[in-house]
Formats: sequence, structure tokens, C-alpha cells
Amino acid sequence: MSAVYSAMPLWVVLSSLVAAVLILIVGEPYGRTRAAINVVAAVVKLLLVTVMLWGVGQGHDFQFSATLAPGIDFHLHADALTMLLSVLSAILWLVTTIYAIGYLKDSHDRARFFGFFSLCVTATMGVAAAGNLFTFFIFYELLSLSTWPLVVHDGTPKAMRAGAAYLAFTLVGGALLLVGIVVVQLLAGGTGFTPGGFMAATGASKTLLVCVFLLLFAGTAVKAALVPLHVWLPRAMVAPAPVSALLHAVAVVKAGAFGIVRLVYDVFGLELTALLGMNHVVAAAAAVTILYGSMQALKQTDLKAVLAYSTVSQVSYIALGVGIGSPLASIGGLAHLVHQGLMKITLFFCAGNLVHTHGVTKITEMDGAGRRMPWTMSAFTIAALGMIGVPPVAGFLSKWYLGLGGLQHGQSWIVPLLVISTILNAAYFLPLIRRAWFAPVPGNQRDAGVREAPASLLWPTLVAAALALGSGFLGGMPYSPLEWARFIVERVYG
Amino acid sequence: MTEAIDGLTAGSLTALILGPLILALVAVALPRRRLIDSAVMLLALLLLALLLPLSRAVLTHGPLVMDLGGHDAPIAIPLYVDSLALGMLWLLTLLALAIHPYASAWLQRSDHPHADDYPALWLVLWTGLNSLVLSGDLFNLYVMLEVTTLGAVSLVMLGQSAGAVSAAARYLFFALVGSVLFLLGTALVYADIGLLYMPMIAVHADASPAIVVALLAITAGVAMKAALFPLHAWLPIAHASAPTPASAVLSAAVATAGVYLLLRLWLGPFAGTWTITTAQGIGVIGAAGILYGSAQALRQQRIKVIVAYSTVAQLGYLLLLVPLAQSPLAWQGAVYHAVTHGLAKAGIFLAAGNLILAIGNDRLENLSGADQFAAKNLLVIGIAGAAVAGLPPTGGFIAKWWLLSAALGQGQWWWVAVIAVGSLLAAAYVFRILQYAMRQPENRAEIDPRVRDQSLPYALLWPPALLAALALGLGFSGELLAPFLQVTDLSPALGGTGR
Repeated sequence: MSAVYSAMPLWVVLSSLVAAVLILIVGEPYGRTRAAINVVAAVVKLLLVTVMLWGVGQGHDFQFSATLAPGIDFHLHADALTMLLSVLSAILWLVTTIYAIGYLKDSHDRARFFGFFSLCVTATMGVAAAGNLFTFFIFYELLSLSTWPLVVHDGTPKAMRAGAAYLAFTLVGGALLLVGIVVVQLLAGGTGFTPGGFMAATGASKTLLVCVFLLLFAGTAVKAALVPLHVWLPRAMVAPAPVSALLHAVAVVKAGAFGIVRLVYDVFGLELTALLGMNHVVAAAAAVTILYGSMQALKQTDLKAVLAYSTVSQVSYIALGVGIGSPLASIGGLAHLVHQGLMKITLFFCAGNLVHTHGVTKITEMDGAGRRMPWTMSAFTIAALGMIGVPPVAGFLSKWYLGLGGLQHGQSWIVPLLVISTILNAAYFLPLIRRAWFAPVPGNQRDAGVREAPASLLWPTLVAAALALGSGFLGGMPYSPLEWARFIVERVYG
Repeated sequence: MTEAIDGLTAGSLTALILGPLILALVAVALPRRRLIDSAVMLLALLLLALLLPLSRAVLTHGPLVMDLGGHDAPIAIPLYVDSLALGMLWLLTLLALAIHPYASAWLQRSDHPHADDYPALWLVLWTGLNSLVLSGDLFNLYVMLEVTTLGAVSLVMLGQSAGAVSAAARYLFFALVGSVLFLLGTALVYADIGLLYMPMIAVHADASPAIVVALLAITAGVAMKAALFPLHAWLPIAHASAPTPASAVLSAAVATAGVYLLLRLWLGPFAGTWTITTAQGIGVIGAAGILYGSAQALRQQRIKVIVAYSTVAQLGYLLLLVPLAQSPLAWQGAVYHAVTHGLAKAGIFLAAGNLILAIGNDRLENLSGADQFAAKNLLVIGIAGAAVAGLPPTGGFIAKWWLLSAALGQGQWWWVAVIAVGSLLAAAYVFRILQYAMRQPENRAEIDPRVRDQSLPYALLWPPALLAALALGLGFSGELLAPFLQVTDLSPALGGTGR
């Protein structure tokens, strides 16, 4: 393999970084140039990621390493787990870019917006491809910093407060993570991700290991929005819809969840995690978050707030799968990393279409939306049913494997948890669907007729919904998220 | 310990001191601004070129000592270069390269009545700083401290605001008291040991009371000049009311040089006198400075005052070197922090100066919508601010990583907490500035074009961008620069700070 080919993770990261820098340099007035750069970069990244996916499937070794300071390496690699997050973000970046160009057609500061948007994707790719904790941290912090201008994009006092809360949570989490990583570096002499973990070999005392685990877990749990560290997420919904869609449904929370997966699989290893009793901590935090998020979602009157709390709840399925620790539960959790991303981005796109076309933000305003925007609301319905866990949409597979996995390890409390969660999901999603399709259109807008969102908003929505449906239908095909999760788990469990 | 000094090295050391001095004299005798400006740029580039072989020489031979004037030790005045001094020299030269063209354009733009005085004063200050860094003789240090002080105070007086003169007077008062204390300490050392030649002074723990008093006097004297907490009272006012380019030099170079001098003395001639308690005590003072400076920075309403308080805070990190000095990583971290902070801080001041030119003052509440007309300057503040806060991927992050590793490696976890909290507070005051700038103005149509980025002369835009880029680039150069920062021999005596 040539050096250029094996350094593929670097090119994947750079493709959006170059776009970010170009967009910021080109500046505000050149909208077409900016859009062209953005779309070309997104397509290039998708192609590169596809090549890399194929390569990883073939067992090719992708590495890039540069020494930043003695003993600390900037290390990118691509293993099966990397691909799970990078394929998801590459596909959704392209879809969201097209959506965002349409959504922000008349907005201010678009150069800043798209520049930092590309930077966020760079950071997400870096989180996915990081080969050690040090590199992971660099991109993890970059993600916090580059998301901030997007959260405060509107420049309203509300956006400013949300941005401040977001930074406060993520930077404090980052500081805890950094301290934990320095301890790992000192104990183990390096922080490179190793299948099966490397902390067991350090021979450190149990107390110290527990402390380190908790530091790293707290640092990643902030972005994964585990209760009580979730506070920033619902507030950050003040950002424009594409930001909520890609970043708060996919990139940022997934970076946190992905960090937890790496922490358990590749830093401590499943055995040591279980020995320290930390798997119970992870599972318990996830279980509490699943229930709490759903119950909060029930209380919300704002559509995006419902979706935000639903994210809080659903992302924890990933941590739950890791916490249970059985192979089947791990498959369910990892597959959910992709499944939740596809379904949630669909829902946020729909929410964006509603507000952009009809100014609908409250649940009560959704009456009859299905008759005015049939395509959008069909996509919404598919994704919402998937979130509840109705087959054959992707969400069903995640829940099925999680339940089986719980039983496999004798943790039968998982089943009632899933049942309660499903009931709660249905309790906040079904009324929305009912309103959209069966409630009458409010009197003053009755004669409006069908008015769909513009094509640049509608098509990305439909593509995302199709992907969510497809990955459920075709869960048994090679390279489907579920099969890929199985591929990862086979490696983890040898 | 020392090798024979070759001609190039001797020439470089001489040029570092005499170059700015001669130019200063020329600037006084021949006040032709354009000529002087080009000469200063040429000199900065020349010195930068000379620093390369000098760094190589230090890397291969270890610390260099050059006795001036052909005299022998201990009568001669030694010039002394090690990794710590090299770090300072690089910082000073890069600052000169970036700040001088900015200063020249800034003075022209703001129609400064005393614009012609600026270059000579700055060159005197530069001479003083370079000599301060290189000098290995206690009395010579005193003289250079005075030169530096006079240059710095005069620069503050060039400020046009009403408070500039009183701020300068306050600065002068602190600095003069500091000078007297330093001179007292020097005299006591000479009386007790009979030496001023620092490479040969090694005070031990059983030192006479006179030496202890000398140490205290010198420490207090330099601390007053360097504005170390709790003797910082003059700094925020002086740095905020000085002309922008001078603020940058004062915060990035002059304050740092003061702490450099303290570390040089504490961990050089006086290294033998430390006990665990006193070392931890200095660390506590540093920590208090970090927390106090950051807390104050969070409360201020003017950018330049925020940045000045940030300097009070960031100097505190350098004091953490004393309790952590057993670890080579702490040395690397401290030098890296000093250099990154210097570059980043200067960048922030210059960018803030551009904002002031654009909106007329530096009050936070007037910043609304600044990202419309000063996006590049805000980006500089963001990147340089991230470096100050130690966020990746900047040089500040590498420095923090090393400091954290040193603290955790020695089990002194309490400094870890201080470093982490200090970084978070720094991030908070940097983002507070950006937050005001990102607010949408009440009515977008009302934004007058004012002075847009594009309409500021190029010479005002590239220096802050260069400084921020350097602070960012240091985040990727840890491996390249680490050999220059290696400290293997931590034994007392001045040479102990080298390999």
C-alpha cells in the first residue's frame, strides 16, 4: 500500500478542514463560490470515506502519525469503529450542506456559519479517526470551540445564554478529560487505542483506575448528554435547524457516545471495566438518562425541545449497550449510533421545514400539517415510528438487539426498561403524528392548500428518511449499520 | 561547562545588544521615520537569522558564557545563554518583527502628536530587554532593569488618554521602589560573598541572614517591576492606557522578562536556599495570581483591561515552576508557556487595537455586530485567546500538557486543579469578549460601515494575524523545539538551568 493510500484518515480530516479555511477566507459576498467549495468538499469526503470503508472491510491498515511533542503522537487511524461514525458524518454532511444552503438563503453571516460548520465536521472526523486519547482530545475540544459560533448564530440574548451554557459544560468536561488523559499517559506511557484495552497492563491500583475511569467518563458524558450533564443540549436548540440536525443530533452527542465506546473497548477493555464495576456505572447512568429524557420530552410544548430531549434519551442507548457489555447488546448500541443519527436528522429536517415554510415551532401549531406538507410529514412519521421502535424502521433493530443482549447477560431489567422507554417514546411521538394527519387545519389557514418546503429542504429530508428506513429493511445486508456493528463486535470479542 | 565561544556566536550576542542600541541613537539623531522603520525591520530579520546558529550552538554545546571585554571571571561581565534565555530571545525578536510595523502604521493612523518619539523609546526598551535576558552579572542586571523601566514608563506616557500620565507615574513609583530593593539586595550579596558574577555564585541553605534579606529584597524588587500578584496594582491601568503597540510590548515582553529574571535568580544563584515550604509558598502566590487575575478579567468592561488582567493571571503559571522545578517537563512547560503567551497576548492587544480604531473605544457593550466589520480581528482574538487558555491545538495546550504532566508526575495534584481552573477561567474571559462581538445589533440596518477590516491598512492587519498564527503553530512544533528546552541537570547554580 502506498503511503498516500494508507494516510487516508488524514485526507478525510483535511478535506473538510481545507473547505473551512477556504470558506472563511473567501468571505461573505461570494455565496456561489462558497456553496461550490462546500458541496465539492462534501462529495470528496464522501468518496474518500467510501474508499476507506471498503479498505477497512478488506482488512487494509490505515495509519497516519506525527509526533507533536516527545512521547505524544498525533495519530489517526481507521478501524471498524472509526468507520461507523465517519461514514455517518460524511453522508449526513453532504445532505445537511445542501439543506443548510437552502435553509439559510437569506440569513446573515453565512461565511462564518459554513466555515465553522465545516470545521465541526473536521472535528467529528478527527474524533472518529483518532488513534489515541491525545488526538481524540484535540478534536474533541476543537468540536466544542467550533460549534459555539453556530449555537450563537442568531445573536439574540437567548442564543448567547445557550452558547455560554454550552461552552461552560463542554469546556469543564474537556478539562476533566484532559486531566484523566494526562494520568493515563503517565501510567501507561502512551494513550494509543488498543483493542481489549491497555490500562490493565499498567498495574495501577484499583482506586486510581476507578478515579481515572470516572474522570474520562465524566468528560465524555458531557457531550453524550448523560443526566445530569445534559443541561446544555435542549438550550442549544436555539441554533438554526441544520445545526440542531447535524451537530446536536449527530456530531456532538455522537462524539461523546463514541468516546464512551472507545473508553470501554479500547482504553480500559471490557474485562477491566467489569472488574472495576464501572460497567454498572455506565449502564445505570444510561438507564436513568433514557427514562429522564423521555419524561422531559413529554412535558415540552416546543417541537425542537421535544426532539432535543428525545436525543438525550436515545443517545443513551449507545452507552447502555456498552454498559451491558454482552455481544448482542453491543451490536444494538453501536448500530444505534448510526440508526439514531439517521432518524433524528430526519426529524430535525422536518422541524426545520415546518418553521421555514409555515413558521411552525409549537406542537399545537402542527394541526393538519400533514395535509399542507405531505412529503415532509411522511418523512417525519417514518422517523418518529422508528424512534418508537416500530419495525421495519432502523430503531426497532437497535432495541431488539439491546433487549436480547440484556437477557444474554442475565440482566433482565433491560427488558422492562426498554418497554417503559418505548411507551414513553410513543406517548410523545404519536400525538404529534395524530395532530399532523388527523387534526383539522386551523381555520385561518384552511384555504392555504398544499405548500411543501422548497426542493433544497425537501430532498435532503426524504433522503435521510429513506436511509433510516433502508437501514432497518436491509439490516441483514453487508455494510448495513447493523452488519457493520456485528463486524466490530466480532473483533472486540475475538 | 562552557566551550570556547566562536566568532559568530560572539558577534550574535553583541549584535543583540548593540544593534538596537545603535539604532536608538540613530533614531534620536536622525528622526526620519521611514528610514528608522525599515532599519528596525532589517535589524529584527538579521537578529532572527543570527538566532538560528546561536540556538544550534546552545543545543550542541550547552549553555554558553561569554565574558565581555577580554577580562577573566569573576571580574568580567558575562553574557549567558541557555535554553531559557533562548526562549526569551526568540520571543523578543519575533515581537519586534511583528509589533514595530504595526506601531508605525498605528501612530500614523491615530495621528499621534509624539509619533516621532516612539521608535527611539522602543529601541531603548528592546536594548534593555535583550541585555536583561543575556546578562549574568548582578549589577549589570540592575542597570539593565533601569534601562528597561525607563523605556517602558516612557512608552506608557505616550498614551493619549487622560489617565496615561497618572498610570505612568504609578508605574514609575512601583518600578523605582523595586529598583532600590534590587540594588539593596545586590549590595548585600556583594558584601557577603564578594562576587557579582552569577555563574560563580551558589548560595546554600545555610546562608547568612544577609543573603536571606538579599533574596527577599531582590524578589520583592523584581516582583514589583514584573507586577506579580499581589504587587500588580499598577499593571492593568498602565497596560490599558498605553498606546496599543506599547501595551502589546509591555504585556508580552516586559512583564515576562521580569518573571524570567526572578526564575533565573531563584533557580540559579539562590537555588540552594529553597525548602519544600518556601517553594510551595511561591506556588501558592502564583496560584493566587492566576485566580485573582482571571476573576478580575471576568469583571471588566473594557477589552484592554481584560487583557491586562489576563497578563497578571498568566504570569502566575510561571511561578508554578518553582514547586515543580524537579521535573524537566515543568521547565519545558514554563518556557513554552512564556513564549506562547507572549506571542498570543501581543496578538490580542494588536487586534483589540484595531477594534478600537474601528469603533472608537474598547468597551464591550459597543462591540455588538463587530463580526460584521472586523471578522478577521475577532478570529485573531479567538485563536490567540485559545492559546492563552491552553486549548488545543495551540502552543498553550502543549505548555499546559507539560505542566500538568510535571504536576501529576510528582504527585502534586493540587497544582493540577489550579492549572485546570485557570484555563477554564481564561477561556471564559476570552469567550466573553467574543460573545459581545457576536451579539446582533438591535437594528441591523443601523450598522454604519464604520471602518471595515478591508479599509484598515495592511500593516495593521498582518502583525496580529502573524502572532496568532505563531501561537497556533507552536502547537505543532513541540517535537521540533523540545530538544532546545531539554533540561537534564537540575542542580543548583546558574548553570543548573542548562543541560
